[in-house]
Amino acid sequence: MDLRRSLHRLATRAAGDAIVLLCKGVTAVRADWRGIAPMPGRRVYFANHTSNADLPMIWSVLPPALRSQTRPVAAADYWLGNGARAFFGRDVFRAVLIDRRLEARREDPMDAILAALDEGSSLILFPEGKRNMTEAPLLPFKAGLYNIGRARPDVDLVPAWIANLNAVMPKGEVIPLPLIATVTFGAPLHVAQGEGKDDFLSRAAAALAVLAAPP
Amino acid sequence: MITTGEIALLMLTGGGLLLALTVLAEALRARVAPRASPGVETFAARVQSWWAMAVLLALALIAGRWGVVLLFALAAFACLREFLTYTAKDRGDHGALALAFFVVLPLQFLLVAMDRPDLFTVFIPVHVFLGLAALAALTGPPARYLVRVAETQWALMICVYGASHVPALMTLDIPRMGDRGVLLIPFLVIAVQGGEVIDTVAGRRWGRTRIAPALSPRTWEGAAAGTAGAGLVGLALAWLTPFGPGGAALMGALAGALGLAGTLVLAAVKRERGVKDWSHLIPGQGGVLDQTAGVLFAAPPVYHLVAWAWA
Repeated sequence: MDLRRSLHRLATRAAGDAIVLLCKGVTAVRADWRGIAPMPGRRVYFANHTSNADLPMIWSVLPPALRSQTRPVAAADYWLGNGARAFFGRDVFRAVLIDRRLEARREDPMDAILAALDEGSSLILFPEGKRNMTEAPLLPFKAGLYNIGRARPDVDLVPAWIANLNAVMPKGEVIPLPLIATVTFGAPLHVAQGEGKDDFLSRAAAALAVLAAPP
Repeated sequence: MITTGEIALLMLTGGGLLLALTVLAEALRARVAPRASPGVETFAARVQSWWAMAVLLALALIAGRWGVVLLFALAAFACLREFLTYTAKDRGDHGALALAFFVVLPLQFLLVAMDRPDLFTVFIPVHVFLGLAALAALTGPPARYLVRVAETQWALMICVYGASHVPALMTLDIPRMGDRGVLLIPFLVIAVQGGEVIDTVAGRRWGRTRIAPALSPRTWEGAAAGTAGAGLVGLALAWLTPFGPGGAALMGALAGALGLAGTLVLAAVKRERGVKDWSHLIPGQGGVLDQTAGVLFAAPPVYHLVAWAWA
């Protein structure tokens, strides 16, 4: 039993290292810590979402010490879809899995998210809720980011713009193009006193979109 | 192995030179301490990167033909990645671009390794040029068709075709050179890089007349010094070549001038795209393309000149 567990842990770590190596080897992905330093602390990194490679990318550019403390918020219906996805989603990324299908939900997704933050984890969140297939830079944000900011006001909400990933791997393509990707981290946001949901979400979207341009 | 002695001597002189530069960088650091000077730090980072490049080139030379081809194939891959990051493309071009990275690039270097000048000199400028254009017409939309096709081809010519002509130098059949043709590679690389350093230093000190004020801070004075300096480097490395002292000096100067032209051309591309460096892969020097542009630009003409005059 112990042997199986340590083998599993070894496989998890090897798979994680392989993802980092692949991301860095193929896209030479680089972090630009423009508005905040890569320091430990409870954070919610919220990023634009155009490609399935977004999550591994942002995960790869985090320094290892931060990466081990950071969990993505991801869709349970996708990540538990088959055995391999479940291994990566649950074991490697240690995702906080949220069911997008309302009828299948057994608990409030906010509970799971807040519990992860309270355990001391940071989170990676894609507030658009799905991949952006439009020409617009961002889709309207879901309310989750606002609700987290309200419930845990001391947590830094950090915008993270992932550049060029759409060209690396457009939807439906199998072979990734080795083009250089950059993840730009902006200055942290907090929900202000009395700030409404729509006001905050448009402020957060603007803080993220502005990172697309070079400094 | 006739070349072992030359390679060992080259590594000793190169290592000695870099060691002197390292000592110089540390001395400068100590002089400005405890304050950190950005200029000194950049210089120290550059010397470190030169160490890495010298070690890689030395290892490749020791490994022989396949090692050299592999090193420049990897460099071409890094350069192509940096260049294509900033070119025009459409979702429909995905297949053509994947082909450029994973088929055209390896095939070009394979043709070099297999010593097929009849193929590697025309593969990209003729066959890929026509083939990728046809593929883009089949798979992509008409919007910005010519721009997309032309920019991809441009990237392949500079990054893959240019880089492949460095290892191609060792395939030249030069009388009485035997397998020493491989030594033309460090000759070219060191002459071009040396010319660039001398251009930078001399331009900073004596430069007055900008060559292209809108593009780069380079000056005619710096470029003249860089070209002459590359000629002197060529003269100092004449023992690696079949050119004789005068020929080596001329060839060094030509390579240096071509290299400076190459960096100016790539500076124009960067300026148009609004980027300062091609990437951040090499600490202190930007991307691989920033560092190798001169060599990529100089390699095809130097290859053909050597082939015409000596082979």
